[in-house]
Amino acid sequence: MSEKMTIVVHSGDMDKVYSALILGNGALAMGLDASIYFTFWGLLRLKKNGLAKGPLSKMNFLGLGRLMIKYRMKKANVASLDRLLRDYKELGGKIIACEMTMEIMGLSRKDLMEEMIDDYGAVGTYIQEAKDSSITLFI
Amino acid sequence: MANISVDVRGENCPVPLIETRKAVRKSNTGDVIEIIGTHPASKKEIPMAVRNLGLELLEIKEEDDYWRIRIKC
Repeated sequence: MSEKMTIVVHSGDMDKVYSALILGNGALAMGLDASIYFTFWGLLRLKKNGLAKGPLSKMNFLGLGRLMIKYRMKKANVASLDRLLRDYKELGGKIIACEMTMEIMGLSRKDLMEEMIDDYGAVGTYIQEAKDSSITLFI
Repeated sequence: MANISVDVRGENCPVPLIETRKAVRKSNTGDVIEIIGTHPASKKEIPMAVRNLGLELLEIKEEDDYWRIRIKC
């Protein structure tokens, strides 16, 4: 069995979702398996067209800081979140959506990017994934 | 046996690693993959990934304004 990384994405902030997807892709590229479990505010990023909609975790300034960071990222030729998610899936990464959050937020499967989601689960699903992982992170 | 080229010049973290991994996944045993890029950390990290994946590192070479890594699958 190959090594594995499991990440919980609790935050819906754009910069933190970047961290999660860069780490996930990095793990897959380095030969590990990877699972990312989206819960609470993080789950909102799995809504259709919602991936890049999050604010910045700091210095958002009503969206101005976010615009500036996006501009700087473009200048530094940083890949978009959509591309990182596509690459993550192409390399075999798993995406899990938290069902309880869906209930709380009033979201059904058809509100989410279903084609990107491998599994819908609760805490047991996460623990099952995490107990076999050598790297686990909470973002 | 095929020769596969991956050009990630100008790409930033983590794209060189991702594109290398994609090429490895599509390759067959014995294929040679040549990656050229400019991202400094990837020059160190692609060889780490190559070791993790159990592949053979053939060459790391510094050219004028980019690096070249060759691996055997």
